[in-house]
Parts: sequence; C-alpha cells; structure tokens
Amino acid sequence: MSGSAGAPLSATAIRGQLDRAGVRFVAALPDITTSEHVLKPMLADPSLRVIQVCKEDEGISICAGLYAGGERSVLMMQHTGLLDSINCLRAVGVEGENPVCMLVGLLRNEPGVPPSRSPRYGLRIVQPILGAMGVEHELLEFAGDEERIGPAIARAYERRRPVVLLIGGEPL
Amino acid sequence: MTMKRDQMLRALARHRTDEVVVAVYRAANELIHIDPSELNYTFNAAMGQGSSAALGLALARPDRRVIVLDGDGSLLMNLGTLVTIADAEPANLLHCVCSNGSYETNGAVPVPGRDRASFPELALAAGYRDARRIDSVEEWDQALPELLAAAGPVLVDLVVEPGEETWPDDFRTLHSIERRDRFIEALAARRS
Repeated sequence: MSGSAGAPLSATAIRGQLDRAGVRFVAALPDITTSEHVLKPMLADPSLRVIQVCKEDEGISICAGLYAGGERSVLMMQHTGLLDSINCLRAVGVEGENPVCMLVGLLRNEPGVPPSRSPRYGLRIVQPILGAMGVEHELLEFAGDEERIGPAIARAYERRRPVVLLIGGEPL
Repeated sequence: MTMKRDQMLRALARHRTDEVVVAVYRAANELIHIDPSELNYTFNAAMGQGSSAALGLALARPDRRVIVLDGDGSLLMNLGTLVTIADAEPANLLHCVCSNGSYETNGAVPVPGRDRASFPELALAAGYRDARRIDSVEEWDQALPELLAAAGPVLVDLVVEPGEETWPDDFRTLHSIERRDRFIEALAARRS
C-alpha cells in the first residue's frame, strides 16, 4: 500500500523517522535515488555518524556490530548492492538474528508501477527474493509512506530480524 | 618463521584484560577453549565479515578496546574493509590477521597471493595508523602491551600455523544466538 500517488517522498520526513527511531549511525554506499537529498545532508550533519563502506555486505556486519554494542543504525544502498549482499543478509541478518535495517533505492523504478511489473529484470526480482528469504520489506514511493519507516525499524529491533525499506522514488 | 596458533592465542590471553575479541574460523574455534571470555564475539557466519562486525563494535563502544582475529583468506574476501576501517578511524581497534596462507577450514587450499601480497603494506596504504608483521610468539608476547595501548586502527599480520592443541570445528557454538545474547549483556554491563 502506497501513500498519495503523485507527491514524492520527503527527505526531511525520512530523516525525521530515523531520528525518532533512535538511529545514530548510518552505513552507506551512494544510491542515485537517495544520494542528493538524504545521504548528502547526513554526511554534513555532525549529529549523525555516517560510515561510508566500500561494499554493501560490510555494512550489514557493521550494523550487526553496532547492535551488539547497543546502538541503532540503518544501512543505505541501491538494489544492485542488495543483490550483491544476499549471503551476508542470509547469514548475519536472518540466521544471526540481527536487526539490520536497510534503505534500498530502486534504481530506475517508476513510482506507481509495481516493481514486479517493471520491464527491468533486476527490479522485478527484488521483492520475490526478499519474500523467499522471509525478510520483511516495504515499498515506499509517495508522500506519507515515510511514516512506515519508524514502525518498521521498531519491529526489526523488537523481533531481531532484518527489514528492507525499498525506496521507489527520489525523495525531495 | 611462523608461530603456533595456540601459542599465539595463549600469549594474547595472558595480556588480555577486558578487551572485546572478535574472532573467525579456526582462531575463533580455538579461542573459545583457550580464553573462554564472555567478551568473545564469534558470531560471524559469513566469511570475510569479522573485521566489519569489529568496526561496528568499536564505533558503538569507543570506551572499550576491540581486537579482531581475522584470517588471511577472510581478509582477502573483504579487502575493502581496510579502506572502510581507515576512513572511520576507530582509535580502539586492533586488527590482527592470522596468516596461515591457506583456506584451512575449506580444505587447506592455498590463498591467492600467498608469500606475495603484504597485508601490512595494504593497511598502511589504506590509511591505518600502523601495521607490522610478526612471525614469532616471543615477539608477539613482547609487542602486545604496546599494541593493546596503541591508538588504532593498527594491523598486525601474524604468521601462524596449526598449533599442538586443536579442537574439532564447532560452528554451532561459535554462531550460537544464546551466546551472542550473553555477549551483548556482558558488554552492556561494562559501560564506563
């Protein structure tokens, strides 16, 4: 279920959700969907610690280490990086029972068109793979959808399970 | 020269006080017998990920020294971690690589770059504060007080071979969620 069709996601609202969820650390690789209005402001904000990683699976384990040390974090990447880090998500996230919370940009997704119907193979397979892995995931495309971020992070920490928040349009 | 891995671990245990030790594969399997501390973090079920978990722990708990006992095959699988760690500048992280030149757990096949690639040179080029190679247990024993006090990130390439005392692989224990939860509780109880 998506929010009001047509209005884009709000970068400020996304950041507000992360703040209210108690997120103090962000592990990140740049994603063209979120780089300009979400990641770059984070990099300029001294109240948030951004760890720039070289590869996405590093970020999964960094988030697990932060959790073991008592801190909340999110991991940002694009969906190609998610596909590249499936084994780590399996081992560290699911089997290791770590609340790894991922903001995953869907590169070239068209808001309003279900990724499962995308002409792009790489987009079509994302949700079925997460479903097969039993990983909770939500599609965020329009204004209002940001409100699902905080509760999803809270559930991840409560259940000690990963969650993937798929960013289907550029937040402005 | 090389040093026996069990002797290397015993030397570390003699100098260790309340440091977190993140360990992978054979080093982890032997650590839990030689130095069974509740601050051992052995819950890395994806190869190459030990140093990344250690970085997360080091950033979450800057009040506590974190030592990672990585493997050479493991580090090769996640070589970008050197740049990530150097960029994050965790002053409390000591990155040890147990170099046996072999994927010992996976059938003792030699690692690529054996006797050619230099982890200390790679670490220094990535931006670590210091890096060195140690191939005798005497030198390791002497260097440990300084290494445990040094501002990191520091990498030590430990040239090891299987020790006299070994234990069967026990991944059920190494990856136990219950043990991981006890680690979290033990670490949380040590807030300074």
